[in-house]
Amino acid sequence: MNITVQIPTALRRHTSGIERITCTAANLGELFSALDQQFPDLRPHLRDDAGQIRRFLNIYVNEEDIRFLGGNTYAFQDGDEVLLVPSIAGGLA
Amino acid sequence: MPGYGYELRCRECGKSWGNQPRSVCDDCFSPLEVFYDYDAIRGTFTRQQIAARAPNMWRYAELLPLPENYSPTLPIGFTPLLNAPRLGERLGTKNLFLKNDAVGLPTLSFKDRVVAVALAQARNFGFDTVACSSTGNLANAVAAQAARNGFHAWIFIPADLEPAKIVGTQVFGANLVRIAGSYDQVNRLCSQIADERNWGFVNVNLRPYYAEGSKTVGFEIAEQLGWRLPDNIVVPMAGGSLITKIKKAFGELIELGLVEPKPVRFFGAQATGCSPISTAIKAGNSEIEPQKPSTVARSLAIGNPADGHYAIKTISQTGGWAEDVSDSELVESIQLLAETEGVFTETAGGVTVGTADKLYRQGRIHPDETTVLCITGNGLKTTDVLTGKYETEVPIPPKIAEFDRYLESRLGVGEKDVPATVEV
Repeated sequence: MNITVQIPTALRRHTSGIERITCTAANLGELFSALDQQFPDLRPHLRDDAGQIRRFLNIYVNEEDIRFLGGNTYAFQDGDEVLLVPSIAGGLA
Repeated sequence: MPGYGYELRCRECGKSWGNQPRSVCDDCFSPLEVFYDYDAIRGTFTRQQIAARAPNMWRYAELLPLPENYSPTLPIGFTPLLNAPRLGERLGTKNLFLKNDAVGLPTLSFKDRVVAVALAQARNFGFDTVACSSTGNLANAVAAQAARNGFHAWIFIPADLEPAKIVGTQVFGANLVRIAGSYDQVNRLCSQIADERNWGFVNVNLRPYYAEGSKTVGFEIAEQLGWRLPDNIVVPMAGGSLITKIKKAFGELIELGLVEPKPVRFFGAQATGCSPISTAIKAGNSEIEPQKPSTVARSLAIGNPADGHYAIKTISQTGGWAEDVSDSELVESIQLLAETEGVFTETAGGVTVGTADKLYRQGRIHPDETTVLCITGNGLKTTDVLTGKYETEVPIPPKIAEFDRYLESRLGVGEKDVPATVEV
């Protein structure tokens, strides 16, 4: 089973310019482990010091927000396309 | 902040990004915010100086991220702050005001303000094409001001928008792209497009500058109240930016000594069919859970509000609250506002009025306190929600006797109650 992950421009400097990777992760946890292994510099940009996914990082699977699919518990299907997209906010509080 | 007096910084890690078309900190993915050198304008930016300037939003230029020597092309903003005694009577208060951006120029919503600042920077950064994802009002504002300022415009909208908002975009010659999906999907797509094309997306790569335009709503409210802050303000929430920017505006006026420091409670208004922020407030959560919107208030139908986290903070830190109203309640509130104050607002305004009604009834807003409701859009853009609310009258012949008969039947009373014939 293969899924593809699209890396946004902002993060490609941590992936040696690679725009798209394929991997066999079964869920989000495994996907992050795979990314950690392949691109150690990427880790702090995707997760905070406590290991939580950064608040302003949205993850989509085939155009759907992964939170609607069960988030961490979603089991990737063969051919899933994963997008990492920063949430565009600018508020001050 | 050499040469500008303002710059972009990461809200979370504090890294400075200077001034450039960018909305996200590459280091931590957090949003960027415009920071100003307040010391540079303290003492020179005074009430008297502001009062001597033309009545539009550019009178607050020192607190907007504008290019040096920027020359505005439209007199945007300075919409009326109306006292609302008749609506107030219905809600049980004598101290109610409406900030009426339903009559904002050029496209009858508060979005004209944010677009004006975004396009000033779009020109500064050398873009010849501007773009946006929109639930309608922003589409109109970008299209009109792009035409006025000679930009190409690409506008991305969910396919099910109100017809008036679609025509009101196309008429300005903008390229309109209808997306078969929700606003949240349109927004995500635009983030990807902005990643690949050298366009000035007002609410993506120009967003930090764009969002600052919303502060002018707050500046104007304070000035129009006689340079004082209200006790409470009720703000409609879609992406959640406006409510945070009004708070920033009030804070800046205090910082510069233009108003007396005063706590203002911020109240957020949503439609129940798309209420991620009010739901989080009621549950005591600091983060939103995204929703799939289902409401006639399409201008507020953002299920994954980008500024939701900050909107929640604004509300909870100020002792405010958030509420939401059903589609039927918001339509009734559109009618109530029109019938009591002669202000015809769109669905978002109905949400604000309906929410204010709930907040008074819940005792969360005290009737003796000064409260401002932000009316952000015009009812002529969403007349479809009033379909079936009013009968189409059968025409009568142009004869006075026919009218007398009509009046009698309409009033359902005897001749004694009909105004007497006047002898001449």
